[in-house]
Amino acid sequence: MTVATIAGTPVHVDGEGFLTEYDEWTEALAQHLAAGIGIELTDAHWKALRFLRDDFRTRGETATLRRVSTVGGIPIKELFALFPGKPAKKMAYIAGLPKPHGCV
Amino acid sequence: MTTETVAAAVVPDFGDAVTQDRKLAIICSKGNLDMAYPGLILANAALGEGVETHLFFTFWGFDMITKSRMNDLKFTMLGNTATHLPQGLGGLPGVTAMATKQMKKQIHDVGVPEVPEFLAQIVDSGGHLWACRMSADMMHLDEADLYEGVEAIISAADFIEKTDGAQLLFI
Repeated sequence: MTVATIAGTPVHVDGEGFLTEYDEWTEALAQHLAAGIGIELTDAHWKALRFLRDDFRTRGETATLRRVSTVGGIPIKELFALFPGKPAKKMAYIAGLPKPHGCV
Repeated sequence: MTTETVAAAVVPDFGDAVTQDRKLAIICSKGNLDMAYPGLILANAALGEGVETHLFFTFWGFDMITKSRMNDLKFTMLGNTATHLPQGLGGLPGVTAMATKQMKKQIHDVGVPEVPEFLAQIVDSGGHLWACRMSADMMHLDEADLYEGVEAIISAADFIEKTDGAQLLFI
């Protein structure tokens, strides 16, 4: 296990920098993680991040883009606009969750 | 005992600069339900990784984008030894319908959408759908017969030109 200090807080991270402990995540930390990959969080971003956090807590795995869209109610197009390039991975990173494992 | 190491914060490399140069071209030439999915799943995965993705529907693959057929692709056991059932069974009346129903249920159960909805997801993710000119001419179909997400009916040469430098998959 690696401990890194992000925004003044020591947190457990994996080799790529993803947080590994669900409870170590805070909203302030998310702001910092997002800024690190060039994203400024708006209400629309928060809606997706909060869905991801809640969904993980009940299911124990990170939602795929499709799940964020069909269950979380945020259109896929919007997710690509909010988290450009690799939306599923970027969302998971900012939400302090592992990368999604599902194929679709 | 778990040992902990203290390290400087690492920011993941989302490869934004690299993936901007990557392109994927997928040629979908089959109209069976089971052969429709590999192309759709790979296209969706590539788009999620920020890769520019183009799908070209040709020959039997045209069924995937033809409005009157795209909801009704079938799976047959005939000629498919991977079902590990006697081949003769596959030819009995009603067996293809039953096998199709069963496969659709399995696909649904893992949270994967039906073909038209999957195409919509691919288009929403920025994917490009192209229809083959020769197939359209052979089957006497035009753009009005095709799924609205299809950008155009184009020739094979046009597709090769559009996918210059792309990695290519033929399914």
